[in-house]
Amino acid sequence: MTNLKGGLSRTPVYGIVTLFAIFAALPFFWALITMFKEDSDLYTPANNPFLYNLPPTLEHLELLFFRTQFLRFVFNSLFIGALVVVITLVVAVPAAYSLARLTGRWGEQLGIAIFLVYLVPPTLLFIPLSRVVAILGLQDSLWSLVLVYPTFTIPFCTWLLMGFFKSIPRDIEEQALVDGYTRLGALVRTVLPLSIPGILTVVVFAFTLTMHEFIYALAFVSVSAQKTISVGVTTELVRGDVFFWQSLMAASVLVAIPVALLYNLFLDRFVAGMTLGAVKG
Amino acid sequence: MEAMAYRASTRTRIGYILDRETWLGPVMLFPAVLYILVLVGLPFLLAILYSLSDITVGDPSLDFVGLQTIQEVVENPVFQKSLRNTFVFTLVSQALVLVLGKILALALSTEFRGKWIFRFLILLPWTTPIALATISWLWMLDSVFSPIDWMLRAMNLLGPGAPLGPAKNLYWLGKPELAFFSVILVHTWRMLPLATVIMVAGLTSIPQDIKDAVAVDGASFWRALFEITIPLMLPIMAVATLFGVIFTFTDMIVIYVLTRGGPIDTTQVLSTWAFFKGIEGGNLAQGAATALFLFPVLLGVAVLILRFARRAEVA
Repeated sequence: MTNLKGGLSRTPVYGIVTLFAIFAALPFFWALITMFKEDSDLYTPANNPFLYNLPPTLEHLELLFFRTQFLRFVFNSLFIGALVVVITLVVAVPAAYSLARLTGRWGEQLGIAIFLVYLVPPTLLFIPLSRVVAILGLQDSLWSLVLVYPTFTIPFCTWLLMGFFKSIPRDIEEQALVDGYTRLGALVRTVLPLSIPGILTVVVFAFTLTMHEFIYALAFVSVSAQKTISVGVTTELVRGDVFFWQSLMAASVLVAIPVALLYNLFLDRFVAGMTLGAVKG
Repeated sequence: MEAMAYRASTRTRIGYILDRETWLGPVMLFPAVLYILVLVGLPFLLAILYSLSDITVGDPSLDFVGLQTIQEVVENPVFQKSLRNTFVFTLVSQALVLVLGKILALALSTEFRGKWIFRFLILLPWTTPIALATISWLWMLDSVFSPIDWMLRAMNLLGPGAPLGPAKNLYWLGKPELAFFSVILVHTWRMLPLATVIMVAGLTSIPQDIKDAVAVDGASFWRALFEITIPLMLPIMAVATLFGVIFTFTDMIVIYVLTRGGPIDTTQVLSTWAFFKGIEGGNLAQGAATALFLFPVLLGVAVLILRFARRAEVA
């Protein structure tokens, strides 16, 4: 039977996805092999790079964990991520509820306007923001990132949550209002418990967006003890022209895999948000 | 008694305000709007002011110089090269993403065994923090130890007497044309997953009765593709590509990590040039003016996204 989805038979489908999977994963596969290689194995151009010509070693993982500030960077990133998630929730949940329920027709327009702020890139704002950060005395401090990261998490998360709140039937809140709760009471007792999947999605995206950010972190923070993973790994594991490739690749793989797993769990929601709800993921 | 009555009355007054939806709505919205105005709106205005001044990190006073800074920026040949590169990198990589994403989306919208693992691998370039993903490419394209070079040598395509030249390495990031190619490759690699998942969502949202009708009519795969699927999906394909355009057009990380704009500024783009001028060079005025050239395109693309997303909704 031919149909739009099943028009391709199995074999070409496997062929296509295998090719693309290799293309997508090759750098990570190469990173994964690299991280356990002995120096003398890795730096011999004639050796097959995809095989262990000498037995694998954990020495570069040890270097990464105990003789660089990698764990410090991980801690900084988690700390910033957690605070940004809290700020985002405190600001975005009421805003999204207001846009979904209380502001009527212009709520929709304003919601789209707020989503568009998410598309304003760091590259446009980092120069004036670097002055703002300097004036506030936050230069070289990870607090500058706690302050600035909500500029992209709040718009995106407000937009996602607005969609969630709209999908909850109004009857449920109206029943609570009839039962004598105030609007806020109804929000806390009926809407929020029903929105837990939505709030969880927002937590994950606010967190992963901060893990992805690089430009503000690079522009505002140059003290190694305050750096995030993205910036710390790419600047501190390179000394002059010397790259600690095994440790670099280990850091990259160890961060990439958990973040990728988190993302995958909530991907459909992300897609629905990006397409302005035109496509329900 | 009086105190209790007073407390009760203030409580009802606050309760009344919070219960009146005309008040509650704006009150709940206020923090978000304030945050955006202060930390996005204000810096944007500052960027415009900076580009009309000669402010530097060493002399942070705002002295207006009219269009002089912008003129200096525009007359710099590196700026002109950056402007052109930004467009070329974006257009070429996103054209590739559109075609490859469509193919991959068609494959991924079918059901097959082990789909989740393929999906996980295919999404990796998008889900990994971009700086870390790019650094793994830096190692893939290393001037001496690139595994791609090794494979080419193993196939006798590279090395003394081989078609790709007598040198033992291609120097991916060391030669202008190859560096150019590498940057496009990495941008395509990175944006392909996002476009694909959006297009898969578009494909699965095509109504079942249309699919059934096509099946009943016995249309061939290619005919169904070009006469039904692609026209129906056009708005959503446009949205998928436009996000790629925004992210690629304004991206600084790929160039910063991979080539730092080199060799000799041949892969410089607006965002990296703004960074090198404004942050590393301390010339805030020129940096801000350079970055502002990103804005008109951003605005145009945002308008297009809105228009296409609406149309997708109607379809």
